[in-house]
Amino acid sequence: MKEIEYEKLSPEDFEIVGVETDKAEKLSKKSISFWQEVLMRFLKNKLALIGLITLVLIIIGAIFVPMFSNFTYRQQTGDYNIAPNGTYFFGTDDLGRDIFTRVFVGARISIFIGFAAAIIDLIIGVTWGAIAGLKGGRVDEFMMRIADILTAVPYLLVVIILLVVMQPGLLPMIIALSITGWVNMARITRSEILKLKNQEYVLAARTLGASTGHLIMKHLIPNALGAILVTMTLTIPSAIFTEAFLSYLGLGVPAPLASWGTMANDGYPALQNAPWRLFFPAAFISLTIFAFNTVGDGLRDALDPKLRK
Amino acid sequence: MRNFKALVLLLGLTLVLAACDFGGDSSSSTGEDGETLKELNVSINEDPPAFHPALATDTTSGVILASVFEGLTRLDSDGNPVEGMAENIDVSADGKTYTYTLRDAKWSNGDPVTAEDFEYAWKWALNPENAADYAYQLYYIQGAEEYNLGEGSEEDVKVTAVDDKTLEVELTNPTPFFDELTAFYTYYPVNSKVSEENPDAYKNPNDDNYIGNGPFTLDEFASSDHITLNKNDEYWDKDNVDVDKVNVRMIESEATALKEFDAGNLDYLGAPFNSVDLNALDRFKESDELHVSDMAGTYMITFNTEDDVLQNKHIREALTIAIDRQGLIDNVTKGEQAPASGLVPLTMEGFEEQRDYFESNDEEAAKEALQKGLDELGLNSASDVKIKLSYNTSEAHAAIMQYVQQNWVDKLGVDVTLDNSEWQVYLEELKSLNYQAGRYGWVGDFNDPYNFLELYKRKGGNNTTAWENEEYKDLLDKATVETDEATRTELLQDAEEVFMNDYPIAPLYFYTNIAVKSDRVENMEPDPLSNLQLKYVKIKE
Amino acid sequence: MLAYIGKRLLYIFIALWLIVTATFFLMRIAPGNPFASERALPPEIEANLNAQYGLDNPWYIQYKDYLFDTAKGDFGTSMKYKYRETNDIIKESFPVSMTLGLEAMFIAVAFGVLIGVIGALFHNRWPDYLTTIIAVLGISIPSFVMATLLQYYLALKLNIFPIAGWKGFIYSILPAIALAATPMAFIAKLTRSSMLEETNSEYVKMAKAKGIKKVVITYKHALRNALLPVVTYLAPLTAGVVTGSFVIEEIFSIPGLGKHFVNSISNRDYTVIMGTTVFYSIILLLAVLIVDILYGFIDPRIKVGGGKSK
Repeated sequence: MKEIEYEKLSPEDFEIVGVETDKAEKLSKKSISFWQEVLMRFLKNKLALIGLITLVLIIIGAIFVPMFSNFTYRQQTGDYNIAPNGTYFFGTDDLGRDIFTRVFVGARISIFIGFAAAIIDLIIGVTWGAIAGLKGGRVDEFMMRIADILTAVPYLLVVIILLVVMQPGLLPMIIALSITGWVNMARITRSEILKLKNQEYVLAARTLGASTGHLIMKHLIPNALGAILVTMTLTIPSAIFTEAFLSYLGLGVPAPLASWGTMANDGYPALQNAPWRLFFPAAFISLTIFAFNTVGDGLRDALDPKLRK
Repeated sequence: MRNFKALVLLLGLTLVLAACDFGGDSSSSTGEDGETLKELNVSINEDPPAFHPALATDTTSGVILASVFEGLTRLDSDGNPVEGMAENIDVSADGKTYTYTLRDAKWSNGDPVTAEDFEYAWKWALNPENAADYAYQLYYIQGAEEYNLGEGSEEDVKVTAVDDKTLEVELTNPTPFFDELTAFYTYYPVNSKVSEENPDAYKNPNDDNYIGNGPFTLDEFASSDHITLNKNDEYWDKDNVDVDKVNVRMIESEATALKEFDAGNLDYLGAPFNSVDLNALDRFKESDELHVSDMAGTYMITFNTEDDVLQNKHIREALTIAIDRQGLIDNVTKGEQAPASGLVPLTMEGFEEQRDYFESNDEEAAKEALQKGLDELGLNSASDVKIKLSYNTSEAHAAIMQYVQQNWVDKLGVDVTLDNSEWQVYLEELKSLNYQAGRYGWVGDFNDPYNFLELYKRKGGNNTTAWENEEYKDLLDKATVETDEATRTELLQDAEEVFMNDYPIAPLYFYTNIAVKSDRVENMEPDPLSNLQLKYVKIKE
Repeated sequence: MLAYIGKRLLYIFIALWLIVTATFFLMRIAPGNPFASERALPPEIEANLNAQYGLDNPWYIQYKDYLFDTAKGDFGTSMKYKYRETNDIIKESFPVSMTLGLEAMFIAVAFGVLIGVIGALFHNRWPDYLTTIIAVLGISIPSFVMATLLQYYLALKLNIFPIAGWKGFIYSILPAIALAATPMAFIAKLTRSSMLEETNSEYVKMAKAKGIKKVVITYKHALRNALLPVVTYLAPLTAGVVTGSFVIEEIFSIPGLGKHFVNSISNRDYTVIMGTTVFYSIILLLAVLIVDILYGFIDPRIKVGGGKSK
């Protein structure tokens, strides 16, 4: 901390500027809504912004690249293991398929799995957490015990067993991922609801005769949204990640369909002779997870009232 | 805070204590007299599923067992049977009675190897209580099948130790490949004295009573880590065993094994220990290090002939012909395999030539056959033919099946979807005929065409096609009792033709043994059955 | 306190029972069986095999046997490796996984906290961005990619470490780093954000006002409280890490427990599946319990067994 040198100050250093009475009542800060401020603060966070742009670009690519590409994701061109060049931007794989096209088709699958898992988590988790938080007492105790037990279940083991029972595929993958994934969401929703439900404005609404449904939809959920959103941005990457791991075990989406996980898994033994087969899918997994994490962090910082300036 | 520090301390302490379990390399590379030992380093994918010869069913166990045990015969480096424990083999004129005179050989604990050891081991394997998967390998012996299936008695199994050194075996039919069978691990002896005292002795390799009669002894087994084999000083032919010590590591990942080989930590990569990573084949081919040899195995797509669509012979024919086998081998499997047009591999007598039951990759003929099939089935267009192509989960199979799928879709316009499942599930699907078309591989237990043709003799068992044919059955039955080799071969050739004319399978290629080895080892090549005898391996200094 | 622990133990038993039951029935409906083999078995032999493992009994007898065996801690012989007891498999491979796991935890906690503190101290300046990027990279690289890259460059190309195997401390370094990457990144993120929260709190401002040195504030006040959420995160993490990672164990060919989880399922090795599942669940449940109790000692604001969070 800088020491202020009091001795060197003299009255001559000060000047009377008078009182500007017309500005006394004015608020120095512009009045903006909560969400506007969140947005402002989010946009100021450079890392989060980069993350958001990356995500948007990948999603645009996932939508349009397969539509306009010269190749389809399953087309075997006859050019095997070609390094990236003008025709094949990301090279070709061991069956001569264009990796550029496959990466963006893979983006559809991987991101779809991520979002689907997150949305199922959201629906089950928020409902579960909200009911537990609102009802309280025995109901809360009982519901949270069930959640506790589910966290004690070895997650990967359950996912693997479920995939084995249902046979690998897109839908079984999503179900398996969300079977225990919602617990975390339920916990966070519950604690938010517990915090919120005794606040004055909720009590006021209740005294005015608002129904439970109304309370949940109009007051509690919107206010808990921040925490829920942040949790969601972290669920998506973990689903994408788990999908990649399951592909490593051979439980990924069935061939010739490609997800980033299955592509990275096919490519990793080729590290020495065709490194691009691992590099591109792995880079896209990393980029996406990176993006979701920075967006999640950015959202959390932006939503945190304590960090308000 | 103090508590927190205590926690950190506790964590640190646990770490230090636990640090004792970093494994540890107790092996030294010098012998007692200070001489350098000749060590061989290889790796296998997983723990051998069985160490008891009668309970083994897989090649991984087979490699280890062939080093620790020796049957009446042993295969030489070309895969031909030579005398092992037997000094002399006497076959009766009708080819049904074998009399073995044993040599003076010893178990690694010094006990002599006796005819009783063989009788005991074979009957143990056949005892239904022991539930040995591979007991049927002994069914060639009279009374064996009945005893194993609980219909006969132990006394009726015609294997008799006449005295300590003489063993007499009576077979149901003349079996020209019986000398090869006696080299197979189900036919290995166990030390009957030790085994009678400790019934579990041979199940656990770390048991002191795990005693062999082969060129090596199994001295150390650390699960998922390593197996150590040392030269057996009691072995009768020990002067011809060059390697002093074999370190067998368990390395599951092919990519990791490849890196260990590149770093010089492994001397050998390939069949039957593990497989050479597909991605490295081009590199090894360029540097001329890749050893490729024919193998007695066929890779095929099997058709369910009871399926609504695939019951039609012409559809099966079209699918079979449409596949570009050479393209598949050059670009996907890369192991210089031979394109297959028949069932029986090229390694077998009478089948060394490529057969011409159909021409591979003949698009016109395939389309013609497809049209015939469509007409017969009353279907309008090729896209009405919907086929689910199944395979067991593995990257190598996935690549081949995707290639086949593309061939079928491009050339025939049929609708093909892929379906993969785990091995244990896949086997059940095939055997219960709960599939349409699926990949299948068959590798011979012995180098005889009967081994392959027998598969499709009747429905059920290993016949995944549900195909049956009276003429075929007849030919095989005749071949079974035929004592003249040439006539027998002809009968078997005819049988294959009958089979292939109906296309119950689409053969893709005949397997090859693919291997690379370091410069310091010699005489290390797998035979057509993918056996590799460590006994013959030489190490250059 | 005792009553609290008793209650928690009761929950653990209920949870275990549910897990055992669910695994048992899931395995029964899963297609495939442990004795399927390429060479078709005569039905008589298969029946004998099933009888050896009690698989010929009706499901409720099998279920009862399982419950009793589990209670006795005797899971029986592996169905694939017929010479191995499930208990021996766990006994031999768990110490290996635990050693590796603890080493990884040590790396993760040490570097994670360090990176997190640096990030918080230099909030919104370049060291913060740098450490954030390191942390996010740690989270965003799949472990099999990370392991492969480490193995290829550091072991094969530069020859600094052995490629694979488990023969001494040096063999454990690369796998431990690969295993530590993700938890390290999480710990760094957690530490950073809770450090930021603490540095903005009243007592730290007070300490600053009193003119206490920054290092002292950071170490004595902020860090101490900021580590609480990290401790909570450590429980499930430890349980997860010490029971082994399939990917790392396969790539570095380490004889740990992780691969048995996965391989036993694809082999339909029922006895090993049950053994490893129960073992893992116990470790996880106990780890959470221990941390909850420890938490009460560390943080005076939380009282174990006291009021409910209302």
